[in-house]
Amino acid sequence: MKGFWHDAVEFFPILMSGVALTIIVTIGSLLLSTVLGLVWAMMRVSGIKALSMISASLINVIRGIPIIVLLFYLYFVMPDLGVTLSALQAAILGLGIAYSAYQAENFRAGIEAIDKGQIEAAQSIGMGWWLTMRRVVLPQAVRIVLPPYGNVMIMMLKDSSQASTITVAELALQGKLIASSTFKNTNVFTLVALMYLTMSIPLILLVRHFEKRAGKK
Amino acid sequence: MIELKDVHKSFGQNEVLKGITANVEKGEVVCIVGPSGSGKSTILRCINGLESYDRGEISVEGLKVDRDAPSIVRVRTQVSMVFQRFNLFPHRTVLENVVEGPLFVKKEPRAQVLERGRVLLAQVGLAEKADAHPPQLSGGQQQRVAIARALAMQPKAILFDEPTSALDPELVGDVLSVMRKLADDGMTMVVVTHEMGFARDVADRVLFIDGGIIVEQGPAKALLNQPQHPRTQDFLRRVLHPL
Repeated sequence: MKGFWHDAVEFFPILMSGVALTIIVTIGSLLLSTVLGLVWAMMRVSGIKALSMISASLINVIRGIPIIVLLFYLYFVMPDLGVTLSALQAAILGLGIAYSAYQAENFRAGIEAIDKGQIEAAQSIGMGWWLTMRRVVLPQAVRIVLPPYGNVMIMMLKDSSQASTITVAELALQGKLIASSTFKNTNVFTLVALMYLTMSIPLILLVRHFEKRAGKK
Repeated sequence: MIELKDVHKSFGQNEVLKGITANVEKGEVVCIVGPSGSGKSTILRCINGLESYDRGEISVEGLKVDRDAPSIVRVRTQVSMVFQRFNLFPHRTVLENVVEGPLFVKKEPRAQVLERGRVLLAQVGLAEKADAHPPQLSGGQQQRVAIARALAMQPKAILFDEPTSALDPELVGDVLSVMRKLADDGMTMVVVTHEMGFARDVADRVLFIDGGIIVEQGPAKALLNQPQHPRTQDFLRRVLHPL
């Protein structure tokens, strides 16, 4: 750990450029996985057999493929099929798709936890499927879904490091590049770990807040 | 106004309705009584399409009830329902619960609906609870909000599914007196209930259901005071004198 502070000051600006990419990848794939997850979950609970089956199989396929293979596929195989993605695009798309499966299961559990009487009450005042979802089910499901959603955010932040395997110069890859050119493995990776931790802690506190709120009622 | 013709309904192997034929006239209060599992609630749930039926026909003001047809929305906006366990929306205030249907389903003007919502809450004695959330209210208060929510739709009839069965005994009276007032004002009501006193004093007609059929029906006082069928006699004896 010799000269840790000295190294920290020196490498900090480079690592910060990695942090910026880490945040972009995390937020991008979080948004994508949320939208896709909602779509899969809605298909699952739509009551239409075909939609529900398509969604269930899709979720299983996505869950059965490692994130890293999905990333390789998007980045290295898609160009052969005529679709060329930048490394950043492939990373956001890959992580977004991979996590959409977990998001979908989480959303579905939240939706199904809503008392059937709520849905009947909505129907009895003439609400259709979509209005029932929008006005009655989803607002109540959010409360249930938020704590696990927060956990997914933390996992995505950390898994964004897998984007390094397809050359996205995010925090982990920047760390690796500095370490391999300076041989200061200990100082560099300690610094990288601390930076991930710094980003995780607010999220961990957020989850705790969500859990307290969900437990209140 | 509400007509049922030879309605059959099965849950799997279990036939719960074995040919129900009945009608409810405008302004009439009809109580449905009978042992649990006799199919009373299922009849109500079929009338507003919460449950499908296998055979026969149900119509409301000449409109066929078919839960898979778009017209079901028209049926439901004309026939409101009050549930045993209230089913108020816990994430909305009392007033929001009441105005939800008129505002978002019937798309009536906001100011007018809010005004009507407050009047209805006053009618059920809960004007001061408008901004409370349902979980903060007692069961009796919640059920009165549910009645206000049903009334806010300006329905032609209201179905009550054991509205006092989930209430503490001392809270039953408040709900029944609100219902009695509705009946006096000429609301068409179909009430599944175990409150024989209410049925006798308020209902015009009583249907006694057992085993998925109407065993006996008639004017409330006559049927409850001098039941003709042995099954009705037996049921009433057990309800009125449980010991």
